[in-house]
Amino acid sequence: MSKFLKIAVALSVLGTAAQAEPLGLGREALPEEIAAWDIAVRPDGRGLPPGSGNVLDGEEIFADKCAACHGDFAEGIDNWPKLAGGWDTLDREDPVKTVGSYWPYLSTTWDYINRSMPFGAAQTLTPDEVYAITAYILYSNDLVDDDFELSDQNLADFEMPNADGFIIDDRAETEYGQFSTEPCMSDCKDEVKVTMRAMVLDVTPDVEGAEGETEAVMEEAAAIPEAPAVEEVAAIDPELVKAGEKVFRKCKACHQVGEGAKNRVGPVLTGIVGHPAGQVDGFKYSKALKGMADDGLVWDPEALHAFLANPKGFMKGTKMSFAGLKKEEDLAAITAYLSSFNE
Amino acid sequence: MSNGPSRRTFLRGAAAGTALLAGTTARAATPDPLITEVQPWASGFGDPVDESPYGLPIRFEDDVIRRNVEWLTADTISSINFTPIHALDGTITPQGAAFERHHSGAIELSKPDYRLMINGLVDRPLVFNYADLERFPRENHTYFCECAANSGMEWAGAQLNGAQFTHGMIHNMEYTGVPLRTLLEEAGLDAAGDLADKWVYVEGADASSNGRSIPMEKALDDVLVAFKANGEALRKEHGYPVRLVVPGWEGNMWIKWIRRIEVMDGPVESREETSKYTDTLEDGTSRKWTWAMDAKSVVTSPSPQSPITHGKGPLVISGLAWSGRGAITRVDVSKDGGKTWETARLAKPGEKMALTRFYLDTDWDGEEMLLQSRAMDDTGYVQPTKNELRKVRGLNSVYHNNGIQTWWVRPTGEAENVEVS
Repeated sequence: MSKFLKIAVALSVLGTAAQAEPLGLGREALPEEIAAWDIAVRPDGRGLPPGSGNVLDGEEIFADKCAACHGDFAEGIDNWPKLAGGWDTLDREDPVKTVGSYWPYLSTTWDYINRSMPFGAAQTLTPDEVYAITAYILYSNDLVDDDFELSDQNLADFEMPNADGFIIDDRAETEYGQFSTEPCMSDCKDEVKVTMRAMVLDVTPDVEGAEGETEAVMEEAAAIPEAPAVEEVAAIDPELVKAGEKVFRKCKACHQVGEGAKNRVGPVLTGIVGHPAGQVDGFKYSKALKGMADDGLVWDPEALHAFLANPKGFMKGTKMSFAGLKKEEDLAAITAYLSSFNE
Repeated sequence: MSNGPSRRTFLRGAAAGTALLAGTTARAATPDPLITEVQPWASGFGDPVDESPYGLPIRFEDDVIRRNVEWLTADTISSINFTPIHALDGTITPQGAAFERHHSGAIELSKPDYRLMINGLVDRPLVFNYADLERFPRENHTYFCECAANSGMEWAGAQLNGAQFTHGMIHNMEYTGVPLRTLLEEAGLDAAGDLADKWVYVEGADASSNGRSIPMEKALDDVLVAFKANGEALRKEHGYPVRLVVPGWEGNMWIKWIRRIEVMDGPVESREETSKYTDTLEDGTSRKWTWAMDAKSVVTSPSPQSPITHGKGPLVISGLAWSGRGAITRVDVSKDGGKTWETARLAKPGEKMALTRFYLDTDWDGEEMLLQSRAMDDTGYVQPTKNELRKVRGLNSVYHNNGIQTWWVRPTGEAENVEVS
């Protein structure tokens, strides 16, 4: 038992006060409801659904659903998590913590993929897909061969390299004593030198902008009192573009737009509004989209609204796993935002 | 890129400030037109009462906002922003300025759509709706919520130039809610048998379904299932309609949009309690279950985003202190990088696991200062220096940096985040 829990027993919060009489509030949870929500998987394998998946299937699914962020080899793109590598780095400067180098239990990987991934489309994977992806991540960490198959039968037995790498919080023994002595009030050190400066690093976001803006507004207000400077509204309402930028956060996991944008899970969206569908270089479109593009689909605002309101309804077979935008104002805003990238 | 976030404010203030001399009352050369002339606001109308049914801060305060650090995370949907602690006073954090941390974005979950399930080793697995929760006896408590990664970027050295960025992953609110103990007892704990080795697993309704395991002792002690903060409904970004409040323990455990509580015979060892929120020591082993947030403090003003603008003379040095293991009993302030210390004044006696405001009312001689603060709590713990922590933990920690912060205040009044020997 952990030290914490031993202390806990001593503290006797547990089981002291008589339990309050139930108020009879709420209702009994039905077995189907518990089954739907109780999906947690434990290190000993409890909670795993029946199923299996192998490395090769996993590689394919990973490329399709995970690689946009995590890289084809689970190496992690940009700031997205690296899932592979980092072996023997935990005691070095800047350890690389991956599933292979750090995670103590394989159940955690399965549980997390199953409940939280893919990012933006959580809980859409079948158990077999989760087994296959997990198997592929093990393979990308050189922990299994390419003929490995993972299932509810062998997952709990799989020992992770860093399984013994954790200790339970020991601050009570290693820190609290030495940090609980009467503090020094005077002559505490001979000299004080500045050893490091944040300004030298220069990684702080520039926050003057906000302030400058306030001033600009104030100066303007002072200069032209009583005369709200209403400029001719341009073709695209800047407020709507701004709102659309927010809505676009829902798209950002898969789509990029603007300068330097690259194809990710979804194609680059720069300049698509008002143009024929399916024209982005280097993107592999679904058959469904290609078909509609061949039939002359143009992403005018109307078509874009219809697609984004109900992607799978508008385009049966689209690869875009997005539930759709429910609000009319969000549809208008995203269209304005995307239009703002047209030349 | 400019390094002085508030240089402009500073310069504006400095001109006015030079008129002041310590101990003497300044005399204006000419009458102040703001006083001698009738101003528009003293003659015409202000806003009617139907102008803003839910008010926002006046526009002059529109730089008192949450800010994020773009390079920290890959995406703003799974990311964090920071409370503008440099510009706030008192202890209560307004919800609109309180830092946010999401793993899959802030979701919109309505009260009619809200369900809370309690299952596992209980006598009666139950489902509550929102209205059910409001029928249990409820309590009010003020607690701080600090992300375990607060000051994490400062572990390797001084990085971010502002209290908002170094210490702003914290907020402090008055919560209204039902003790978790009450709900667990409603479901009945006889089925769990001996509670000493039992846990509850708590998880959220958002797409990340962030889940954490909490030992039963804590669950039955002071954990709150909260639905109001600072008197009003929780904000969307803080878990509307219902979140968990886990006093004194790292913010990641304060599950937002909480939808399920399972009584278990052991921890789940979820992603957030194994691969994240664990602390790697110098030899490569890592501490887990480091839940409590140790005593910590920071001077919020003066600080890099809140420079001294009035020249020498009377100066209020102010800051925040807190401890996840009890109440703050004392805060000392040093102006010389830790050579000598003075005990600050606590605005109110420290409350358990809540922010405490401290002030040092002083007379600034206009010379440079290396400002530090040092918190003490009622366990006798004294906030250590960063170097003392590094001696124990090495350089590879990320979370739980509660080391002493230093601001280098120059004769100009500007301040910079530094480390000292």
